[in-house]
Amino acid sequence: MAVLLDVKDLTKNFGGLAAVSDVNMHLDDNELVALIGPNGAGKTTLFNLITGQTVPSAGSISLRTNNEGMQVLNGKKPYKIADMGLARTFQNIRLFKGLSVLDNVLISMTSKNKEGFISSLFRLPSFYKVEDRLRKEALDLLAIFHMEDMAETIASNMPYGAQRRLEIIRALATKPKILFLDEPAAGMNPEETAALTATIRQIQQEFGITVLLIEHDMSLVMNVAERIYVLQYGKLLAEGTPQEIQANQAVVDAYLGGGV
Amino acid sequence: MKKNLKYNAIWLAIAVLGWVLINVFEGVGIIDQFAENTLVLIGINIILATGLNLIIGFSGQFSLGHAGFMALGAYAAALVTQAIPTEGGFVLGTVIGMLLAGVVALIIGIPTLRLKGDYLAIATMGAAEIIRIILVNLKITNGPAGLYGLPQLANWSLVYILVVVTTIFTVNFIHSRNGRAILSVREDEIAAESMGINTTKFKVAAFVFGGMTAAIGGALHANYIQTIAPNDFGIMESINILIIVVMGGIGSMTGTFAAAALLGILDMVLQGFGALRMVLYSLALILIMIFRPKGLLGTWEFSVKRLFNRTKKKAKEGA
Repeated sequence: MAVLLDVKDLTKNFGGLAAVSDVNMHLDDNELVALIGPNGAGKTTLFNLITGQTVPSAGSISLRTNNEGMQVLNGKKPYKIADMGLARTFQNIRLFKGLSVLDNVLISMTSKNKEGFISSLFRLPSFYKVEDRLRKEALDLLAIFHMEDMAETIASNMPYGAQRRLEIIRALATKPKILFLDEPAAGMNPEETAALTATIRQIQQEFGITVLLIEHDMSLVMNVAERIYVLQYGKLLAEGTPQEIQANQAVVDAYLGGGV
Repeated sequence: MKKNLKYNAIWLAIAVLGWVLINVFEGVGIIDQFAENTLVLIGINIILATGLNLIIGFSGQFSLGHAGFMALGAYAAALVTQAIPTEGGFVLGTVIGMLLAGVVALIIGIPTLRLKGDYLAIATMGAAEIIRIILVNLKITNGPAGLYGLPQLANWSLVYILVVVTTIFTVNFIHSRNGRAILSVREDEIAAESMGINTTKFKVAAFVFGGMTAAIGGALHANYIQTIAPNDFGIMESINILIIVVMGGIGSMTGTFAAAALLGILDMVLQGFGALRMVLYSLALILIMIFRPKGLLGTWEFSVKRLFNRTKKKAKEGA
């Protein structure tokens, strides 16, 4: 399998604190990778660096594109990076709360279906045609996750689990190559987590995309991940299959505080 | 497709009906010169406030500089119609005013829209003040005395038509893909950016659009009132427009219409009270804010489509 995203010596310093230092990682096509580590290890910072919310201090991030080979993402605006095929969810849900579920999904489709300023003022027949097509696509996408009945519900009125699911759907609507999930199971009960596990597998298989997820729920991680990266104090501590990680003494020490 | 045509036709019918009704009322004498004057001012306020509502209510950017753009439209139209006192001159002046306002909004918007909340409000207020001070100091604008004796080219029919046209464009804009992108900026800027939306571009687009419609309002103001001075476009005018938006409900175009009409009528009725007028006007505003803190209509929007579906449902239940 070919490398899709390549991260080299990535570093981010906040003043004197190295939140992420010299991280090397790669994501291949259609892979399900997990990123774990104790609280404050720099997992979310790493996500923010890759998706452009935070600008790296050093190192490089490059993405394989269809026609231009490997493209460096450093310094690109988040919306450009999203446009190139990196979509994410947030640790603390960031839906468009006041809008309907359908609008939440439709907004994600705008960047791939641009329209001119002038043509949005005059309702030409093409406006209705594209609008109908997008609406159908959005409803189909919601149907895959059994949320088509909620299309007109205001996002903030939905239960917590459904909001988390909508965030994933909204990210998928941008037609990404790589999906970044930041603690998708946070605050979920065991049944919801089990359902989420199935959903994540389903996304990887049906959409054929690569998934990188941050998660603290080890049952989920060990269940779905093909490879695991472990971060501690901003440095990569270990990398390997779930079995290898479980057997790694350094990882166990990092979590349980060994070596005293 | 056909359905959309139907709804659009209904809206057109409502607009034409409104025009005919006002015409008839004027014919029978229900609307006299004084009432017509109020009607025109309400119309101009609607044009100004829908643009500001697009900026504040839909893109979520708090602007206090709307009167500045209004001034640009007013002065452009005034200067052109002084030279060419015809309808064509008015159109030319309005278009020049709109372009000018658009360019100025772009220049102001790109740096200031990085700010948020109170800071943005102060920056836009400052920008409007700069426009006003420039108008006071230029020779061509006749300084603080302003321009007077302008030809009266705007009448209620023209105002009515422009209210309809700007409202259609504004609402179409809001309910397009671009409009949805603007809404997403209001809802959550970080999330919008992560979904591939160029938030700066859409914020500036809403700001420029609002500024351009304000110029139309300004042009009508100049050629209806026939005198303009820089002080007409100070901070108080911006606040007057803001009051309409806030009172109608931030994010509701229907509310803007209702509030502009209500305040216009209130103002007319209170003319008879002399010095007490502003006291009563303020009191009315305070009462509305106490009992309807989210504005008259909140974010509720009148929709022919929804009305249609509801009556259809009722008819079905009845059968």
